Amino acid sequence: MKRILFYILLILIWEGIYKLGVDILRIWRPYILPSPFDVFGTLAVLIKDNTIGIAIIASLKRIIVGYFISVVIGVALGLTIAKFKYLEENLGPLILGLQTLPSICWLPFAILWFGLSEASIIFVIAIGSTFAVAMSVKYAIKNVNPLYIRAARTMGAKGSKIYTHVILPAALPDIVSGLKQGWSFAWRALMAGEMLSATKGLGQVLMVGRDLADISQVVAVMIVIIVLGLLVDKLVFERLEKNMRHKWGLDRA
Amino acid sequence: MGLVVKDVSKEFVSKHKKTSTLENFNIEIKRGDFVCILGPSGCGKSTLLNILAGLEKATKGVVILNGNEITGPGPDRTVMFQEAALFPWLKVIDNVEFGMKMAGISKEVRYEKAMHYLKMVHLSKFKDSYVFELSGGMKQRVALARALSLDSEILLMDEPFAALDSQTKMMLQQELQRIWVDTKKTIIFITHNAEEAVYLANRVVVMAANPGRIKQEFAIELSRPRQMESSDISYYTAKIMKALKEEVEKVAKAEYDGDWNFEENPVLYSSDTDMGGDL
Repeated sequence: MKRILFYILLILIWEGIYKLGVDILRIWRPYILPSPFDVFGTLAVLIKDNTIGIAIIASLKRIIVGYFISVVIGVALGLTIAKFKYLEENLGPLILGLQTLPSICWLPFAILWFGLSEASIIFVIAIGSTFAVAMSVKYAIKNVNPLYIRAARTMGAKGSKIYTHVILPAALPDIVSGLKQGWSFAWRALMAGEMLSATKGLGQVLMVGRDLADISQVVAVMIVIIVLGLLVDKLVFERLEKNMRHKWGLDRA
Repeated sequence: MGLVVKDVSKEFVSKHKKTSTLENFNIEIKRGDFVCILGPSGCGKSTLLNILAGLEKATKGVVILNGNEITGPGPDRTVMFQEAALFPWLKVIDNVEFGMKMAGISKEVRYEKAMHYLKMVHLSKFKDSYVFELSGGMKQRVALARALSLDSEILLMDEPFAALDSQTKMMLQQELQRIWVDTKKTIIFITHNAEEAVYLANRVVVMAANPGRIKQEFAIELSRPRQMESSDISYYTAKIMKALKEEVEKVAKAEYDGDWNFEENPVLYSSDTDMGGDL
């Protein structure tokens, strides 16, 4: 309730600034800053004519495929690096570097390899989150309490059994945190990719707004993107992470 | 038969100096014996236990169990650590079954045995709980059941009750005594608490530090079940404390300022409160 009031207040401030700048002082044109009521009006239209619905489905399809690919490759890569010291020392810094490279930098490659197609956007998404996932899986494995491993060894666990029965489950909460981070990387990559080379999707609808100088459409799509991102974060990852950390006894210092 | 520790030394070499944590450690432990290793911090008692467990390698010397040299960890020597080291992703019962599962024992046998030992530590009601739902004392009980479930000949215990509050500790000590009488396992128990050592053990080995070695050994010839409050326990504890105190003092003197002394002020006295003796 308090939070709803806060947001109503925020919207009122926004409207106040709009009124002051556009209507009273006339220092801004209406296309510089939209009024919140225009934004919600546009949003309602976009929802009514199903533009947003189609865009959301197209975007979600892409991100699910791209993210799935990045999780598979990222987890495999992370586990391999954690396993071999040589790879960790030499490949590790390179992957850390690649993780800091914004995924949109891969777009030229993507277009050369896959053309202006669905596949190139998926490629950008996948490569945008793969390295983040790989790094956190590696850290998760390295972070496992050595006492668990010692205890398992004294109970006769050896080699790969220690890996599957102790190290992996012990690292799971940290791995989930990594997957969450990977998701936010993927989400950014998706938007960047769609804005540059898509025929449908949220990013494309946003760009249409820009092309038509319809700033309220741009803001409307931004709000949809924020809400979707928050929903997935809160409903899927945060819940999973919280339950797990509680059960693993990690939330009490 | 039994466990023979022969001339075991352990050195840690760092850039600046060489520390010998253990030097020519020798002990023979008969099957079914209960031995407490007592010593000040830093005397190498935990290192010794790790070597017996096979988690660390001795720099010199061998450990022989029933004629075979120990080369690595194995289910014939289970370990209980100061922290329970239970796996939080498993239920209590699955934690107890873990070692048996590694050994490839069938599910029915595993379950039956795990329940048997959970009953022994009075936690069968909690078999489907997760670790985060247990208190510290309950965790150590589960860890004890898990260690017992492997039917190992030797149980190695590294200050398992040190982190518990004193009531819980007392209960677990009592229970360990009972379980030892029932199962006749060889138990090697590391502690820095002299009273605990006297209460539990047949033999108390007091260690000296720098380098870690045996200082003195005491045979505790008291009938069981023993009572913590009995004067016999206090008698032995006082005797052992004397030997231990010298070692603790030595270690403390090396760490603190030179003027530190155990016996400096045995009676708290202040000239303000001398009941008028100077009138």
